Amino acid sequence: MKRAVPEINAGSMADIAFLLLIFFLVTTTMDVDTGITRKLPPPIEKDVDDVPVKDRNVLKILVNSHDMLMVDGKHSDVRLLKEKTKDFMALHPDNPDYPELTTRYIEELGRDFPASKGVISLKNDRGTSYNMYIQVQNELARAFNEMKNEKSVELFGAKYRQLVDEKKIKAINRIVPVRISEAEPEDIGGGL
Amino acid sequence: MSRFKTKKGKGTPAINTSSLPDIIFMLLFFFMVTTTMREVTVRVQQRMPEATEVQKLDKKSLVSFIYIGEPKNTKIFGTKARIQLNDVFASVDDIPEFVTKEREARDEADRKFITTSLKVDGNTKMGIVTDVKQELRKSGAFKINYSTRKKAQKNR
Repeated sequence: MKRAVPEINAGSMADIAFLLLIFFLVTTTMDVDTGITRKLPPPIEKDVDDVPVKDRNVLKILVNSHDMLMVDGKHSDVRLLKEKTKDFMALHPDNPDYPELTTRYIEELGRDFPASKGVISLKNDRGTSYNMYIQVQNELARAFNEMKNEKSVELFGAKYRQLVDEKKIKAINRIVPVRISEAEPEDIGGGL
Repeated sequence: MSRFKTKKGKGTPAINTSSLPDIIFMLLFFFMVTTTMREVTVRVQQRMPEATEVQKLDKKSLVSFIYIGEPKNTKIFGTKARIQLNDVFASVDDIPEFVTKEREARDEADRKFITTSLKVDGNTKMGIVTDVKQELRKSGAFKINYSTRKKAQKNR
């Protein structure tokens, strides 16, 4: 009754698999996309006047077309920027040289927190190189990340990156908001 | 001595290759899972700046890319930094249309999560990047990501 079924030759199976493998090797990339995420402000309406912000509440960062940095009217260096930002955004009660303080109610924790009214204002020239711009953005991000870490360790005893609870992450983000304002573009000069 | 003699003349036994396809398939699946399809040919130079505070872009399907940099083929396209959308060079004015198209290609629920990744060459001047950012603002694509390579962290 039973008839012997001839075996299928599987010797070329490896070749077929190799072909597929090589196809995938060629057409795909392995790099993971990483970068600094930022949120752009919505476009301003023409008839709205600039909101007046007190001078002491703003840390002005200017980058010119020769990639030179000016922080609050003084020549500076990228390596000093992180410390300067942290110092500026830290809470200094009753010091007129630093930003004003306010309290912010954090729902997640159910109590008020003191907060700085400080804003980082970043302005660059059209001739600034992208490398320099990213370096400045990176230093600012580092300053804010370190502040978030410190706050997180103080409140929850864990680093910000290690927080799992969505509520805690939200609370930290509200206590330490990333306040970087990019000026409307204009030519500062000295560029192309 | 005689023991060795008996073995002679038999020839080497063939290696069993029946499991070779399985091994290759395993490799294939590994590559299929860990990699992503390359969708566009990048026609501009891409030497990304380095940064330490980078975040991963996790939802690949919700990211649209804008490439900016010096064209790779400088003989034809010159050395001025250009914007590349999808597969072609474009100007700043094409960005609103690009944003709309990208938005229409996604599900309605996902549209507000679209991130625009700016892949800009490090030597580009900020002027063109600022123009692109202004256009993105006008078109309502507020979530952006400056694509950078991760730098090895030191003394931390």
